[in-house]
Amino acid sequence: MAAKKTPEINGGSMADISFLMLIFFLMVTTMDHEEGLSRRLPPLPAEDQKVEDTKVNRRNIIEVKINSNDKLFAGNQPMDVSQLKDKIKEFLTNPTNDPTLPEKADQEIEGYGTASVSKGVISLQNDRGTSYSKYIEVQNELIKAVNELRDDFSMQTYGKKYAKLDEETQEIVKKVIPQNISEAEPKDVKKK
Amino acid sequence: MAKFIKNGKKETPAISTASLPDIVFMILMFFMVSTSMRQTDRKVQVSLPQASEIAKLERKDLASYIYIGTPTSQFQAQYGTDSRIQLNDSFRTIDDIRDFIAAERENLSEGDRPFMTVSIKADEDTRMGIITDVKQELRRCSALKIMYGARKATK
Repeated sequence: MAAKKTPEINGGSMADISFLMLIFFLMVTTMDHEEGLSRRLPPLPAEDQKVEDTKVNRRNIIEVKINSNDKLFAGNQPMDVSQLKDKIKEFLTNPTNDPTLPEKADQEIEGYGTASVSKGVISLQNDRGTSYSKYIEVQNELIKAVNELRDDFSMQTYGKKYAKLDEETQEIVKKVIPQNISEAEPKDVKKK
Repeated sequence: MAKFIKNGKKETPAISTASLPDIVFMILMFFMVSTSMRQTDRKVQVSLPQASEIAKLERKDLASYIYIGTPTSQFQAQYGTDSRIQLNDSFRTIDDIRDFIAAERENLSEGDRPFMTVSIKADEDTRMGIITDVKQELRRCSALKIMYGARKATK
């Protein structure tokens, strides 16, 4: 009786136990992918700085407004969101050198040469009553317009989509087609 | 040649499952390491707006989150149904953002501070007023890199 050996622990169920834990972790894990529209806010102007300094030539600016009823106005004319992208693309490229559309300036860009870069700025204004979803929808259209222009340029120059270019080339494309979206000061926001 | 024919009757040996626990453990370890338990309890309802031109946040560890939305049902009796701001684990006001940003910045190493991103996760039904206030406060704290949280549009 005393000589009885302690029986070996059966390891066969180890797999089942670890499977159970695996399934627990699989279910608990949230592959929370952080995605969104990346933006850079303008720094607050210094108090002694005059506002006039930052005034841009009228033709170089397009005002995109969303009012409290989520109605969209681009360059003072009412518009549907679906039309906005083409309007912005026309504004930024100015294919016919229209004097009412933004001027272009020749700029030396490292690694590319001289390119005519549009001076256009998109000014996005909203009301306090605008809904966030509309705001994002419009932001999205603006970014889409710029992204499509970048894609077109990349296809023409490098034969590849913008996203497939390497980082250095992307920087060049970014300089040729800048993304100048300014989110207006709230003082403009209160005006309707 | 005959040698081989003699062994022809032999059955195929069963595949050993002895290493199965090891394999499963390995996958288990991967999930345990990569899982990040959610640090904050959501106290506001946030359903993100849809967008198609979304970009991924490059470094999650540099992000701070500001949630804006209506309080969830168990808090509605106390806080009402108006849009509220949630920082960390509690309801806060615009004025608390400054301290929040300062604290978040303190947590980062010196070199990472300029790359700090504030991710604004606002409900799609929120009015822009509160978001404009938040943006203005962020500018005052010079936390200029922001991201509007959005979900990929389903077509």
